[in-house]
Amino acid sequence: MGSYIPSAKSERQEMLKTAGFSKMEDLFSHIPQEVLLKNGLNIPEGMSEMEVNRTMSEIAGKNKIFSSIFRGAGAYDHYIPSIVKSVTSKEEFLTSYTPYQAEISQGVLQSIFEYQTMICELTGMDVSNASVYDGATAAAEAAAMCRERSRNITYVSAACNPEVIRTMKTYCFASDTELVIVPVKDGVTDLSSIEGNLDAKTTACLYIEQPNYYGQMENIEKAAEIIHAAKGKLIVGCNPISLGIVKTPAECGADIAVGEGQPLGMPLAFGGPYLGFMAAKSAMTRKLPGRIVGETVDIDGKRAFVLTLQAREQHIRREKASSNICSNQALCAMTAAVYLSAMGKEGLEKAAVLSMSKAHYLAEKLSEIKGFELKYKGEFFHEFVMTCPICPCTLMAELEKHGILGGLPLDDENKGSILWCCTEKNTKADIDNMVEIIKEVAAR
Amino acid sequence: MKLIFERSHEGRGCSILPECDVPVVSVSSANKREQPLHLPQLSENDLSRHYTELMKHTHGVNDGFYPLGSCTMKYNPKVNEEIAALPGFTKIHPLQPSETAQGSLEVLHKAEEFLCEITGMDNMTFQPAAGAHGEYTGLLLIKAYHEARNDKKRNKIIVPDSAHGTNPASAAMAGFEIVNVTSSPDGCVDVEKLKEVVGDDTAGLMLTNPNTVGLFDKNILEITKIIHEAGGLCYYDGANLNAVMGIVRPGDMGFDVIHLNLHKTFSTPHGGGGPGSGPVGCKKILTPFLPTPVVVKENDKYRLDYDRPQTIGTVKHFYGNFLVVVKALSYILTLGKEGIPEAAQNAVLNCNYLMNKLKDVYNMAFDEGCMHEFVMTISNLKKDKDVSAMDIAKALLDNGIHPPTMYFPLIVEEALMVEPTETESKETLDEASDVFHKIYEEAIANPSALHEAPVSTSVRRLDEVNAARNPHLRYEF
Amino acid sequence: MKNPSELLYTESHEWVKEMEDGTVKIGLTDYAQHSLGDLVFINLPEVDDEVEAGEAFSDVESVKAVSDVISPVTGKVIAINEELLDHPELVNEAPYDAWFVQIGEVSDKEELLSVSAYEEIVAKEEA
Repeated sequence: MGSYIPSAKSERQEMLKTAGFSKMEDLFSHIPQEVLLKNGLNIPEGMSEMEVNRTMSEIAGKNKIFSSIFRGAGAYDHYIPSIVKSVTSKEEFLTSYTPYQAEISQGVLQSIFEYQTMICELTGMDVSNASVYDGATAAAEAAAMCRERSRNITYVSAACNPEVIRTMKTYCFASDTELVIVPVKDGVTDLSSIEGNLDAKTTACLYIEQPNYYGQMENIEKAAEIIHAAKGKLIVGCNPISLGIVKTPAECGADIAVGEGQPLGMPLAFGGPYLGFMAAKSAMTRKLPGRIVGETVDIDGKRAFVLTLQAREQHIRREKASSNICSNQALCAMTAAVYLSAMGKEGLEKAAVLSMSKAHYLAEKLSEIKGFELKYKGEFFHEFVMTCPICPCTLMAELEKHGILGGLPLDDENKGSILWCCTEKNTKADIDNMVEIIKEVAAR
Repeated sequence: MKLIFERSHEGRGCSILPECDVPVVSVSSANKREQPLHLPQLSENDLSRHYTELMKHTHGVNDGFYPLGSCTMKYNPKVNEEIAALPGFTKIHPLQPSETAQGSLEVLHKAEEFLCEITGMDNMTFQPAAGAHGEYTGLLLIKAYHEARNDKKRNKIIVPDSAHGTNPASAAMAGFEIVNVTSSPDGCVDVEKLKEVVGDDTAGLMLTNPNTVGLFDKNILEITKIIHEAGGLCYYDGANLNAVMGIVRPGDMGFDVIHLNLHKTFSTPHGGGGPGSGPVGCKKILTPFLPTPVVVKENDKYRLDYDRPQTIGTVKHFYGNFLVVVKALSYILTLGKEGIPEAAQNAVLNCNYLMNKLKDVYNMAFDEGCMHEFVMTISNLKKDKDVSAMDIAKALLDNGIHPPTMYFPLIVEEALMVEPTETESKETLDEASDVFHKIYEEAIANPSALHEAPVSTSVRRLDEVNAARNPHLRYEF
Repeated sequence: MKNPSELLYTESHEWVKEMEDGTVKIGLTDYAQHSLGDLVFINLPEVDDEVEAGEAFSDVESVKAVSDVISPVTGKVIAINEELLDHPELVNEAPYDAWFVQIGEVSDKEELLSVSAYEEIVAKEEA
């Protein structure tokens, strides 16, 4: 059995005595007998480190690692620079708590301040929080920022990631507020369906993604115009890599920018931990949920950083707080900051251009096969929907044999089509190789 | 310390990505970014040194004693980190076919099985990313339960006044009204008062046990019975489970739904404020409402079940902070059936030992045997010497000890809440006791010196008023 | 600081100034600002909001606390002191000039305290 208790058995006895007890059980003597666990836990006996390592490695071995991934849909296989892991595995960062004691936490605090600055730069917005759980909860929290009094209807484009929409729905169920889905037309949000139809008294916000779930570029400026006409707020969910080249939410008139930060140096990791980034116009600063780090000085006038605007938060406001969030994803925020620093402006631009170029190359090559056609004709970034003349499951199974994770077979009104994705990691050779395999399968 | 932007030089950088091997395509001019993008330009060496400097100004569990009450800052085992970094876990796409992700699903399923046994629950979801997120999820299960029974007037959640602020905040976010119930003088729930506030509008009660002052509520069975008889459900905040795991189970105390903090009780690192993991366990009556997908095991194969008509939906993308669950599972496998209660026993032992060593000079807020944490009140020093809990905390910084939680719970004046955890040795506790005594003597002899503390840290006390009045939240280029 | 004798007070440490036109202005007393410490933000209601006697209409934040400001009258907000939004420190510096809101259409009023009655309450709390 493994244990991380340092004191030897004899020392424990001595400590018991000092504390006025004679045996371990006495420590729990004030717990009513009838609730005490009588026969111990029905779980396996403890193991040595070596056994645990072997057992867990065996479990990991039951997962299949694909050497080539063409699937995104919310989790993206980008290259992670070596320095990212090296920085974030430093034990001081790993094992510290939330930096409430600023005097001994300047490292973490400064790293968050730098992260906030980078998120502002990336999105073009004025102010960022220290991050939230992930992109889906960031979208849901952003919608909550926009609701006040009778202004409580959240509009969400149907072209958003379906799991993000589901999360927003659940948050609306919680707050007993209405969520209205804006339909899709030709792979993009059908803005004409809401243009001029929004009630200026009850509309809180519109959430739209850029690029959207199908990889298509949306007309965000138009969306901003429509929602602002109803005095609502525009929330844009953005892919952070695309922001290296794509017009920022701020340039398009967004009030809040959110997104899934996973592409910024976090591994796929079966869905987490990831990172929700949130940035807003300065007028909404105090509505931002979660932690925020600010710059100040110490009593000697030296620059220093501290958690600030804390009186918004749950530990002070209790039931009147606008959100219950306590933690941010500090280590993931640091991951994103190290990633962005290692890439720099040029590197990020390159990641975006490479991803987009490869996706277009793949789309072009696949289109050469009979029955494979782009479903939507609009501009796309690094994902696209393509018809598939064969059963997507058969195709995926065939690709799997070659260690390739193909695109995601869609289940909505696009049933039978596949959502493909490329990143800079997909080389031309990998793409050509996969296209050849698909050709063979299609020819059968 | 320089900011990373102040170290940046035009033209520097790291070389990470190759040239494009396919025809280059970029966005149309209509969608092209025009706004400048200031990201740092640094060589890898400069970047590495920057973060090494930040690291030196960060205090983790690895740097010393960290008795931060209610946060369970125990040691974070290294093997867990190594396991969570296995490519078989990190390189798995969340949407790859279930047949190719059997290992990941096994992790979630095993962790569910073990944690349900430890807590006395029937099912568990790992979707919530943190404790507060777990509370929110658990409360939504309660909300969905009452709605499914068409019992719509149940809109009130009872929360003791000693509770952490997240409890009422989560309940409010889940659409409930909060009824605060005052504690009795011993810091436990006042049963008579509880009886007065329950009714046919009671949706549930939120409780930690041991409570926030480190005492086990002896009336727990009566408390949960009162709620159940009124038609409500009982929510267990697992923040303090480290005191009782393997000794007593929330399920046996009468709780219907719980959340755990894997980053407290199950040894996963806090990461400077996250990522954590706040799984929610529940009794069978609430299982139909769990967020989807749910991992199910059929004929020795695992799959994700989305077909749950009564589900509350989803509270986060995918399945939660998976790698954190991997670490927690490794920890549970290491400790096993004897190790789990042994950890709790030693957490309580260390706490009682330290409390005993300090009570000759420090006033304990509640003079009873504590569980895993105890609360001291500095109000006498505040009155006599104008030395506050904050002053004591800052003096600890000069002695290499992370301060206890300050000014919490709210029901104790000038509170310092101490949680040593089981992973500290006798010497560490003895040394900490000496430091606490030394500071107490100084508070008596030379109180003004404590107002100056800390003096040895990289920065001293901060101007927090200015930070909040004139928020400066980003670097300006 | 001296509490002005022309004002009326509440037990929850608000001051009330009755205007000639029947409206009232409400602020926080010197004792209140002193016990709250340096204020960093003031949440104010909006013009036209209804306020109710005995209910909070605003809250004030210090670095690590938040407190409600309670209206002693029922009525409608006709003006707010927008200067406080950017300069919460005015409440600390000159509490009797730093009015929060002006309330009109006053339909109900709690019993208010004279300066001497209020000072007795403060003396008791301080003890």
